[in-house]
Amino acid sequence: MAEYLQGATGEWEIVIGLEIHAQVMSEAKLFSGASTAFGAEPNTQVSFVCCAMPGMLPVINEECIRQAVRTGLAMGCQINLRSVFDRKNYFYADLPQGYQISQFKDPIVGEGEVVIDLPDGTSRTIGVERLHLEQDAGKSMHDQHPNQTYIDLNRSGVALMEIVSMPDMRSAAEAGAYFRKIRSLVRYAGTCDGNMEQGSMRADVNVSVRRPGDEFGTRTETKNINSIRYMMQVIDYEARRQIDILEDGGSIHQETRQFDPASGTTSGLRSKEEAHDYRYFPDPDLLPLEFSQAFVDELAKSLPELPDAKKARLISDLGISDYNAAVLVAEKENADYFEDLLEKLMTKTGKDAAALATQAANWVIVDLFGALKKFSKSIVDSPVSTRDGAELLALQIDGTISGRIAKDVFELMLESGKNPEQIVEEKGLKQMSDSGELETIIDAVLADNQDKVEQYHAGKDKLFGFFVGQVMKKTRGKANPQMVNQLLRPKLDR
Amino acid sequence: MTKLTDLTMAAARDGLAKGDFTSVELTKDYLTAMEQGRELNSFIVETGDIALDMAASADEMIRAGKATAMTGIPVAVKDLFCTKNIHSCSASHILNGFKPRYESTVTANLWQDGAVMLGKTNMDEFAMGSSNETSYYGPVKNPWRATAADGRAETKDYVPGGSSGGSVTAVAAGLAAAATGTDTGGSIRQPAAFTGLVGLKPTYGRCSRWGMIAFASSLDQAGPITKTVRDAAIMMESMAGYDAKDSTSVDRTVPNYEHALTGDIRGMKIGIPREYRVDNMPEEIEKLWQQGIDWMKAAGAEIIDISLPHTKYALPTYYIVAPAEASSNLARYDGVKYGLRVEGDSLDGMYKNTRAEGFGHEVKRRILIGTYVLSAGYYDAYYLKAQKIRTLIARDFSKAYEQVDVILTPTAPSAAFAMGEKSDDPIAMYLNDVFTVPASLAGLPAISIPAGLSRDMMPLGLQLVGRAFDEETMLRAAHVLEHAAEFTAKPAIWWGEK
Repeated sequence: MAEYLQGATGEWEIVIGLEIHAQVMSEAKLFSGASTAFGAEPNTQVSFVCCAMPGMLPVINEECIRQAVRTGLAMGCQINLRSVFDRKNYFYADLPQGYQISQFKDPIVGEGEVVIDLPDGTSRTIGVERLHLEQDAGKSMHDQHPNQTYIDLNRSGVALMEIVSMPDMRSAAEAGAYFRKIRSLVRYAGTCDGNMEQGSMRADVNVSVRRPGDEFGTRTETKNINSIRYMMQVIDYEARRQIDILEDGGSIHQETRQFDPASGTTSGLRSKEEAHDYRYFPDPDLLPLEFSQAFVDELAKSLPELPDAKKARLISDLGISDYNAAVLVAEKENADYFEDLLEKLMTKTGKDAAALATQAANWVIVDLFGALKKFSKSIVDSPVSTRDGAELLALQIDGTISGRIAKDVFELMLESGKNPEQIVEEKGLKQMSDSGELETIIDAVLADNQDKVEQYHAGKDKLFGFFVGQVMKKTRGKANPQMVNQLLRPKLDR
Repeated sequence: MTKLTDLTMAAARDGLAKGDFTSVELTKDYLTAMEQGRELNSFIVETGDIALDMAASADEMIRAGKATAMTGIPVAVKDLFCTKNIHSCSASHILNGFKPRYESTVTANLWQDGAVMLGKTNMDEFAMGSSNETSYYGPVKNPWRATAADGRAETKDYVPGGSSGGSVTAVAAGLAAAATGTDTGGSIRQPAAFTGLVGLKPTYGRCSRWGMIAFASSLDQAGPITKTVRDAAIMMESMAGYDAKDSTSVDRTVPNYEHALTGDIRGMKIGIPREYRVDNMPEEIEKLWQQGIDWMKAAGAEIIDISLPHTKYALPTYYIVAPAEASSNLARYDGVKYGLRVEGDSLDGMYKNTRAEGFGHEVKRRILIGTYVLSAGYYDAYYLKAQKIRTLIARDFSKAYEQVDVILTPTAPSAAFAMGEKSDDPIAMYLNDVFTVPASLAGLPAISIPAGLSRDMMPLGLQLVGRAFDEETMLRAAHVLEHAAEFTAKPAIWWGEK
């Protein structure tokens, strides 16, 4: 489990904690009615509150509260029935109020834990310290004018959830798995779209190193990492950098760092001494946030089945392998696709889920995911609908086409967008299961290959496969292979 | 014949209803008075054209039988209220030229009821001050001038109190029938006392703060400044009300406050807090307070001595809490979005230049105090401790209200002082709020009633503090006190006749 880094003077352990900023899915901002839609023209989604006009006051958007509670529940965290919004004071041009409304001492969500699956098939539990709600700032644009900065306040006031982990991760792979797990949970819960390219999720990465068994070392915090790959680079780079310093007799300073994706390195932004004094205090414009346990219970009821529960069910009830179940549930869209497909397949075939699940799972994971990867498409814009996928599998199950033909039909579906029945019909790909027809073909094959028949009779059993192959070739793969076997053997053994 | 500008709001309302005069006539008289009173510096902006339009609409409302008690009444608005497309700067240079695109809830309520806006009144910058000497637009002159020992009127200028100094001056000098004020630690009550007017600060949460330029959010409340208690009751009803846009406003029905003025306080229990007998309190204040007690007793009220043990901590607590909130509330004035910008060679340079030039001394002083008390290492010792004491102060009052219905105290420890007298001594200036601050910290309604004159013939006020959301009982007592005091003195007009 523990993965140590080898330094010049011995082994080192990496300790990682993540602060994940996840943008709440909501129509309106945390404290104003302005829209949160992505990609609008600069400064078109700005209310008087968002740009801090004099006398404007924040009013809590209840939907954001519900989303934070849902997320807390999805992570198995304690929900605090009373929490407080504080002001975090600092000056910056894209922070119109001169403070960010956040939660400091009393967050809406307290401790919990999530289980992560690692590439080697093991699992680990990672602690969540808290989740709190806060406002996003606006955006400074430094590239619009040679010596002026432009400000876009569309993001100003958008609700963010800051999810703070315990320092429980010990490798870049674990941090990556944890991040993916949180992203999966928020997407299942429908509380954040998890879209990292649009900045809906980003992380501050805290890294320190220590000798195995020692106390925690001094950490650095690398801000605003917006891809899992970068995050893993930051961890590896920071760990190696810190080990080199320590092994050279130096020491690590607590500081904020930034990541340069081009070089894959981090560099110092400001040290602890230069750190802001945020002068947190309860926002007097907002009363403490209080809600009842019944409110929480109601939200718990509205949550969909979450990935851990779904995975367990796929394994125990449907007999899907651990690996396949983990792959299917990791992304909500994949699980949704699979379950929709399975349901349609049940309707078509009249068979029960357990009898169909393994075949359906294999098709999704091997055939469909392979094709999506080839076309660089995501499952939500899959070229094959669940209806067509189910139809393809059903044709196979009822013997209309063979497994081999199914692969061809799938290729044609991808190319033409047509549905499988249509393709099978048009191309005449129906499996030949008429014994009379097959017998005629078998007889012809045997007649054409008298020499091979003699060799077979002389004891060369392996030639059986050759005759099967010849029949398939003559039927262009359409012959029902089982029937070919059944019909061929008595003719040869006669 | 009485001038229209001498009428109380209630009398003007009745005259308008009877058709004795129109709102346009009334408004014109006030506009003339405003012009003559310009040297008082009570208005930063006069909105005569708007006033006449609003008066004409009010006359329509009256003719259509849709009048309310405020319809057609010309009022002045403190510059702290955001008024749509009209200068709203809290008398600060940093908001230079700022005209909001929105109307504060309180003023919108007044306009909804048909009130007429005369203009924006001067005030201490961001409501920080007790003398109206910190305004970027210069000090306001109290229409009252002391009478010297030889019986001749002084010619030096007196402060009107603050921070609502322009509002009280406008009403006391007959330049407006009434005015809106705001009160954070006494900014309605102390200037009302200094100018012989009624000033009402309602319960925290009674009026919406939406569109009021914030000083200290947990304390700021809007309220009326009027000639009489009845006028205060009428105007309060129009200003008050729940507003979903202010999370701290409270969803309770607004009663008909005028109906509360029954004139009968028999059996009412009046608390007299012993801790308000402060050191060095002038004898005339002490005497006036005793006089007030006697009046209430004569009206059939029961006088009960009470204790508010944490009173002495109120002023220091206030001067931690209010600056702390202000330091954060004023962070938005950074030269980036609106108001003043003084360029610099970097973002920080622009901030420094803008804020150095835009804020006055007193505002800077409070930003520094507020920043200090919230800083790491000082937060627990100052801000957190102040919050705890604030809770204790509120508890003192709740305990007292188990015994009494209202509490009677002086409004201020002195009458209005001469301009410049205390401007170099912030502590002396802050002491003006010693009697008004405790009710502010506890969020309670309080009202100042003109009750007498000082030895040198300057107005003095008494304060009544009520239970939370029980403005009615407080107004009923205030009404009786007002009648007992029979305060009819008016300042001699010395302005506008050079």
